[in-house]
Order: sequence, then structure tokens, then C-alpha cells
Amino acid sequence: MNFPADRKIRTIIVDDEDLARQVLREFLSAHSEVEIVAECANGFEAVKAVSEHKPDLVFLDIQMPKLDGFEVLELIGPGPAVIFVTAYDTFAIRAFEVHAVDYLLKPIGAQRFEAALECAEERLSGKLPSTAPPAVELAAAARPPQQYLDRIPVRDGASVFIIPVAKLDYAEAQDDYVALASQGKKHLKQQTISSLEAALDPSRFLRIHRSYIVNLERVAKIEPYGKDRYVAVLSSGAQLPVSRAGHARLCAFLDR
Amino acid sequence: MHPILTQLRRLVFYLLGWTPLAAMLTYLLAVPGGLTWWQAGSIAFPLCLLYAFVCLAAWYPCLATPLERSSVPRFLFTHVAGALVASTLWVLAARFLGRMLSGFRGFHGIDARLSGDLPLLFGTGILLYLLAVGFHYVLLAVEASRQAEARVMQAGLLARDAELRALKAQVNPHFLFNSLNSISALTASDPPRAREMCVLLGDFLRRTLGLGEKLAIPLSEEMSLIHAFLAVEKIRYGDRLRMEESVDPAALDAEVPPLLLQPLVENAIVHGVANLVEGGWIRLTIQRREGTLSVEIENQFDPEAPRRRRNGVGLENVRQRLEARYAAHATFAASAAGDNFRVTISLPAQSDEPRPLAHAASQEKAS
Repeated sequence: MNFPADRKIRTIIVDDEDLARQVLREFLSAHSEVEIVAECANGFEAVKAVSEHKPDLVFLDIQMPKLDGFEVLELIGPGPAVIFVTAYDTFAIRAFEVHAVDYLLKPIGAQRFEAALECAEERLSGKLPSTAPPAVELAAAARPPQQYLDRIPVRDGASVFIIPVAKLDYAEAQDDYVALASQGKKHLKQQTISSLEAALDPSRFLRIHRSYIVNLERVAKIEPYGKDRYVAVLSSGAQLPVSRAGHARLCAFLDR
Repeated sequence: MHPILTQLRRLVFYLLGWTPLAAMLTYLLAVPGGLTWWQAGSIAFPLCLLYAFVCLAAWYPCLATPLERSSVPRFLFTHVAGALVASTLWVLAARFLGRMLSGFRGFHGIDARLSGDLPLLFGTGILLYLLAVGFHYVLLAVEASRQAEARVMQAGLLARDAELRALKAQVNPHFLFNSLNSISALTASDPPRAREMCVLLGDFLRRTLGLGEKLAIPLSEEMSLIHAFLAVEKIRYGDRLRMEESVDPAALDAEVPPLLLQPLVENAIVHGVANLVEGGWIRLTIQRREGTLSVEIENQFDPEAPRRRRNGVGLENVRQRLEARYAAHATFAASAAGDNFRVTISLPAQSDEPRPLAHAASQEKAS
């Protein structure tokens, strides 16, 4: 993407603390090439503002009401350049370093701020390659060890749904998307089924087929279906194909 | 000091253990020895009583020649020599006793008859002494394993102690960095307020200094700490943070572990107020009733908030500290209902010096 030199960098600041936004606003005020188009105090507002304003750059706090910074990133997709802001989060910082994601630590220093902004501007103007990893991958890398996903945010236009994993019946791979079946509805999310599988608690969710992950609590029975093939019947009545490897995994799980 | 002599109970059991031996000696003196039963008994029982104590002396050679670190010749020499000496003493004592008793009616000529039995007595004495040596080695082994167990337990207690100290001396780094960032914002927009926040933060940090070494502080001191903490947070969160407080004045001089309640307030902010767009309230109620301090912290929270990335460490820490110090005398409960989260704890309210930690821990072990 080539950024026209005369266009302003449309920027959104996301932080739930007014004073924290104030610091960024103050630092940005010295940059005439930057225009602040919105300030948001929580994750929902951020997702809405991004889809409305289509900004070039987002300053994103991690710990916020409604949605945390990683969830916001997942929902807004790869459009804008993102600079994360956090006070103290060893796991997130390690993930940022590994994936070369720009981040700022509170209290934010002027030098560090200028460096991060310059880096983001170079990425926007195409001088630096944009190395942003897929959001789910970054979120997975930043998750504290032994902690699995407890909810999945999905977006439909400007509105956001939160699916608690306990209410997820199964997930089905559809090209670049996964369809998440929950409470009789299906929600589409841009994610690979393997990355979803890696983020879910393996004691509660099982990959029963190349294209299916099932919530084990929802499995009512396993029925044979033709020769050497099985189908999982869920308590909702849905029927999912079970591959041979998936059947072996299911049996191993049930034996435990 | 010999372990059997340290407790009367042990000594009684030990002497009771000698009763069958005395009975056996009576039999030996009466049947092959040719004394009457009465004479044999009168000699055997006092002799065994005496020998019971003589054999206790085997403790010291056993201690000096540990089974696993002594050479065989040395081991044999020590105990055979001990047996010879002990048994010789015993035989001399028997002769002396025989001579004493021969003056009494019914015991005439006993010393002469007894002198025929002396080799028998000598042999028995040697056997009994060697038996006592075996017994003492068993005793040493038991003692050693008990000491090892005590050492392991002591090490465990020390480790937990250190852990607790580390836990409570901690000021949440999140809090510190975020506060510094707020100050940084205020230096440009509102310098007097920035200075005020520096002072408040300094005040809070100063109050936490040195608390790690203290076992307990008056509740009034913990409350000042909480107020200093809230004053800082109030600048960060502004109107989003609404605190209601109701503290029983009678509770203020009760002793509480330092930094026990402050993490509960911090928890209510981090998991409650901070996750609510419009903020929320926190209610702190403290009461003192009949030697019990009851603390209740209630806060609003968003049940659908993203999970905080440091999960419930604060609450778990408080629960562990209460359990380690008060065992069953304290309670801890946390529950959520709707958008309302509540933590209730109760602990003994003591106004004087609290029980030392190690003492409390050993009581917990005993119960």
C-alpha cells in the first residue's frame, strides 16, 4: 500500500483511562501529519469506530472493558497499523517482540513514542514491509501459559457478539473461515480451524474431523455410518462426520 | 539425655517390658538353680530392676558406634566389652544381694546356693545386655527417622513462610506503571494535580514499606493504607470509582495481617470498576462481633468482561494467607450473583499481640 504524502494519517486512540489517552493526544499534537479521528474508551467502541472511520493507525490498550486489545485486533482485521499500549504484561510483550509488533509501555516516553510512530509511518508508506501477523496468532502467542480461550468474539458488520466457549456446540471449517455453531445460530469468523483448535481447552474440545471441532459436552452419541465411518450426534440434533483419526481420538478420550 | 529417661511414660513401659524377663530369671533360678520359688523371685525381680537401668547405659556405646559407620571389629569389641562389664557388675550385685538376704528367715544359706548359679547368671546377663544393644539400635533408627521427618516439615514451613513474605511485600506493578502514566499525563495538563498524585503515590508506597516484616498491624493502619491506595486510583479512574465504606469503630484496633484487605479492594477495582464503561461501586463493610472480625467487600462487575490476564492471584493469595495463619479460625468466601461480586472473610479479632506464625502453623498441623 502506498501512502500519499499529502494525506493525513487518520488515527484512533483506544484506552479506557482518560489520562492515558491524554498522554497520546499530547504526543500526537506535535505531529501535523497525524489526525485523531476518534477516541474510544472500550473495546466495543473501538471496533465500531474502526469500521466507521477506516483509520490508518490505531493506538490500542490491552486491558479494557468489553473487549481486550487482542480481541479488538481480531475483529478489526488487518487494515490499520496497530501500536499496542500496555503497562505491564510479560506474555504480551514477549509476543510483540517475537512478531515484531509495535508497542509502547506505560509510562510512555517521548523517544520511544517517536520511534514507534516513525516505524508505523514507514510501514504505511510502504518503506517498511508490514509484518503484522494474523491477529489470532498474535493473541495465541500472548496468552499466558495454561490459559485457554474462554470466549470467542465475532463480528457482524459493526455489531459484536461474544460466544462463551461453554455455549459453542461445534466449529466447522469453511475455506478461510470457521462457522461457529452456538445456540442454534452460526457465526462466521475469519480464522483457520487449526488455530482455533490450538486455542481451545483440549479437555473440552476435540477435533473429530479435518473440518470439525466438537464441544465434548454436547456429544449425545456416536453412531456408525456406513463401513468404517461414524457420525457424532449432538444434543442439539446436529450430525457431524467423524473421521477415522477423529474416532480414535474420541475413543481415547472416552477411555480416560 | 537418654530418650527413655526423658518421659515417665516411656520408662514405665520399658520397665514393664522387663517383667517377663524377671519371670524367666525366676524360673531359671528356681528350676535348674535349685532355689525355692519365693527365694528365686526375691532375687530375680530386684536384680532385673537393677539390670534394666544398667542396660540403659548401652545407649552411649551405641551412640558412639553408629551401625553404618563403624568397622566390624570395633563394633564387636565395644559391645562384647560392654556386655562383660555389665554382666560382671550384675553378678557382683547378685552376690551382694545373696549375702544381704542370707541373714533373713527362710533365706539361710542362700549365698552358698546362689554362688553355684553365678555362671548361669553371668551368661544370662551377657545375653540380656546384647539384647539391650539391639533394642537401642532400633531406638536410634526410630529417632533418626523422626528427626529427618521433623527437618522436612521444618523446611516446608520455612518455605511457606518465605513464600508468604514474598507474596505480601508485593505492590502490583500494574498499579505502579499505570499511576506513573497518569502522572505523566497530568504534568502537561494539570501540574498541581500531577504533584498531588506524586505525593499520594509516595504516601502509599511509604506505608507499604517494612510491612513485609510485620506479622500484624492494627486495622486502622490497614485502612489508612487502603485510603492512600484509593486516593491514587481515584485520580486514575475519576468518577468511575465509587467507594462506600462502613467500618465499625470498635474494629479499628483489631490486629490484622498487613496488606490483607488492600488486595481485596484492588481486586474489586481491577476486576470490577476497571471493566465497566461507566464505572461502578465498591462497598466495604467491617464489623467486630464477639472476638471475630468480619469483612465484606462487594463490587459491581461485568460478567461478560474479557478475562483479566492475571487471573485471581490476589484473592487466592488472601485465602492462602488466612489459612496459613489462622487455619480453621478464619473463613474465606467469594461469590458472584448477577453483576455483583462479593468476598467475605472472617478472622479472630485480637487487639493484643497476635500469635506467632510458626506457632499457628504447628497448631494447624496438629489439628
